[in-house]
Amino acid sequence: MKRKTLRLYLVLISLGLLGTATALVLNAFDRELVFFFSPSEIAAEQPVPGRIIRLGGLVETGSVTKLGDGATFSFRITDLKASTSIAYRGVLPDLFREGQGVVVQGTFNESGNFVASEVLAKHDENYLPPEVAKALKASGRWQEGAGTEASPAASPGTTQGTSGEGNSQ
Amino acid sequence: MIIEIGHFALVLALVLALAQATLPLIGAQRGIRAWMALAKPAALGQFAFLLIAYGALVHAFVVADFSVLVVYQHAHSQTPLIYKIAAAWGQHEGSLLLWVLILALFGALVAFFGDNLPPRLKARALAVQAMIGSAFILFALFTSNPFARLSPAPLEGQELNPLLQDPGLAFHPPMLYIGYVGFSMAFSFAVAALIEGKIDAAWARWVRPWTLLSWVCLTGGIALGARWAYYELGWGGWWFWDPVENASFMPWLMGTALLHSAIVVEKRDALKAWTLLLAILTFGFSLLGTFLVRSGVITSVHAFAQDPARGLFILGILALALGGSLTLFAWRAPTLKAGGLFAPVSREGSLMLNNLLLATATATVLLGTLYPLALDILGGGSVSVGTPYYTATFVPLAMPLIALAGIGPLLGWKRGDLKGALHRLWVAGGLAILATGVALWIDFGKQALAAAGIGLGVWMLAATFTEWAERVRLFRIGLGASLRRAIHLPRAAYGMSLAHAGLAVAIIGITASSAWKSEEVRQMKPNDSITIGSFSYVLQGVTPARGENYIAERAHFKVMKDGQFYTDLYPERRQYMVQPMPTTEAAIESHLLGDLYAVIGESDGKGAWTVRIYEEPLVPWIWSGCLLMVLGGIVSLSDRRYRVGAPSRAQVAQALPAAGE
Repeated sequence: MKRKTLRLYLVLISLGLLGTATALVLNAFDRELVFFFSPSEIAAEQPVPGRIIRLGGLVETGSVTKLGDGATFSFRITDLKASTSIAYRGVLPDLFREGQGVVVQGTFNESGNFVASEVLAKHDENYLPPEVAKALKASGRWQEGAGTEASPAASPGTTQGTSGEGNSQ
Repeated sequence: MIIEIGHFALVLALVLALAQATLPLIGAQRGIRAWMALAKPAALGQFAFLLIAYGALVHAFVVADFSVLVVYQHAHSQTPLIYKIAAAWGQHEGSLLLWVLILALFGALVAFFGDNLPPRLKARALAVQAMIGSAFILFALFTSNPFARLSPAPLEGQELNPLLQDPGLAFHPPMLYIGYVGFSMAFSFAVAALIEGKIDAAWARWVRPWTLLSWVCLTGGIALGARWAYYELGWGGWWFWDPVENASFMPWLMGTALLHSAIVVEKRDALKAWTLLLAILTFGFSLLGTFLVRSGVITSVHAFAQDPARGLFILGILALALGGSLTLFAWRAPTLKAGGLFAPVSREGSLMLNNLLLATATATVLLGTLYPLALDILGGGSVSVGTPYYTATFVPLAMPLIALAGIGPLLGWKRGDLKGALHRLWVAGGLAILATGVALWIDFGKQALAAAGIGLGVWMLAATFTEWAERVRLFRIGLGASLRRAIHLPRAAYGMSLAHAGLAVAIIGITASSAWKSEEVRQMKPNDSITIGSFSYVLQGVTPARGENYIAERAHFKVMKDGQFYTDLYPERRQYMVQPMPTTEAAIESHLLGDLYAVIGESDGKGAWTVRIYEEPLVPWIWSGCLLMVLGGIVSLSDRRYRVGAPSRAQVAQALPAAGE
């Protein structure tokens, strides 16, 4: 085996692997990326049914109801301009509260209702998910320093090592 | 006063680190012995001062000195002692100090035990180590001083986040840091070798134990973290492909590659430039992990506070360390003497392929971690990358790697006999196909990928056993003779077998638990029951309970199997007194084939509670597999070749023409 032949083999294998990886990544980006929407964006244009998306905003006050089976919840997420109703079966995160920031992941079904498979809320009283903060800013209802922002000075709780992201499936 | 001593010691450590970073380097260049010799006392002194600084911080936590800002923020007089100590590394400032302390510890260990190292290599490696040390001590002093005071001192502090008040998590960060930071030693040796322009088998023998030690700790640290997430967060999962989890997983993957390529350098004097590059990149990934966790660019379960100044500082360190070392690499690597040749089908070839697969897999994880960040910065909108992405990219790349891990060890150095190896593996192959078939049959072929995963795990386990059996010639010579051979096998060989078997067991557990987990969520009143699999859970009642610093609602489940009493489960919903946040304490009962997992949620106020029950197949296999990997690493570390003083003997052995292997 000559050094050149060996190098050729290595280059060929590396290129093959790189190609495979690129194909896998591009394919996965095409299908598996989860995009974030705010209620206003949903109101403007409803995403394709069946595609997994994330939706974030504040839990509308007075909108949380529990259905008959005791484990299915229905609530509305708002960015104070538009709101979307959500159905979720499971245990809500410990810090899920009306008026708090929340992100849900799930799909729109054929009849246009959003069914969440995951509800994410930070394990911290003063935390607002960054996507939600952004969406609220975009909807023009954001007030700087309104107390909801996670600034380390205002809430030492957020400076901790782990502010757990509650995730209940 | 003690706090000021700690602060002062930190500054003194910086001064020593700066001296250690420069003088020995110049000494090695100009051949000034006295300057080179300076590295040893400087490294020991730097470690001693950092130990004083860290001791001062821990003392402040133990006595609950609330005039210190970080103590006020993370300790409470009622917190149990172990969590007061754990709180010293449960926040950004203190954990950074621990980071620097471990960095200095590795330097001190090399300084202390490295008397048999060539003086120039030692001086240069320690100097590089001190450069990293200086950068991070500066970072601590300027942006995250753990000794900052608060005036007037509050009477009572806030508490350590209740989620972190857990014995498993108390030890998770130190272990993880020993892993992360330990790779700095391989980095320092690599840069020193590049300055030297020389890398040989002896270099690999010096670097491998440090890499192995870091790898062992990183493996243990990641496993502890995953286990903590599993029982403390109450989601029934143990890995979420969260950016911060990835931040520790990427150095692990690269470190694994480095361990394997260093073998080739040691045994065959080949893949030298590649190994240097891996050593640099592995530590680069450790630094990237530090950046991701501490800069606030990502929000995640384990992320620290958000402070752009800190992010910029670490980004600067990252750019300098990686930029500098890679430039050095590009400049010096071509001057390295070319190493031994080998056929594509050979042990070297399989290790090279292992490295390429690991590097590619790491790249896909890196892309998945950074892509949402990049898109957000470029204004492309918010996206998130979740488990499906990694299943579609990482898993297909990991599968051939596992298949290869079964064959590689049976191939000879230089030129391997693929046919012969496969011939010896027919039993393993048969078992793998059988396992795949059984897995397919169990769920009617719904999850082909999972069945293949189980098959691969069985393949690797059986192949690892075959390799050991070949070494001791089991069933070929008498059992007594095999036993004698088994006793005389080098510990490194046992280390490899254990670690490979551990990975195989873990893979079986990971595959089964992600594919066949089942979950039931329902509202339950006392005496209601839920049946999952062959177990039924009967809620007996919910009673109030009290801990040292929390109150809780504790549920009692009686678990029945086939109408017989099986076990009791007591999940809790805790409310800590200082921080008003409820936490979930899952109740878990492990048996050989899985876990019973129960969580209690909120009460509806009318005598019913939301309850979540999971059936978690083979999860205990994951922990046992990780334990086996750690054990394998430790056994391998205890091999005579790596013991103190051994290199001199090994050099003699090396002088003999390729003895044995």
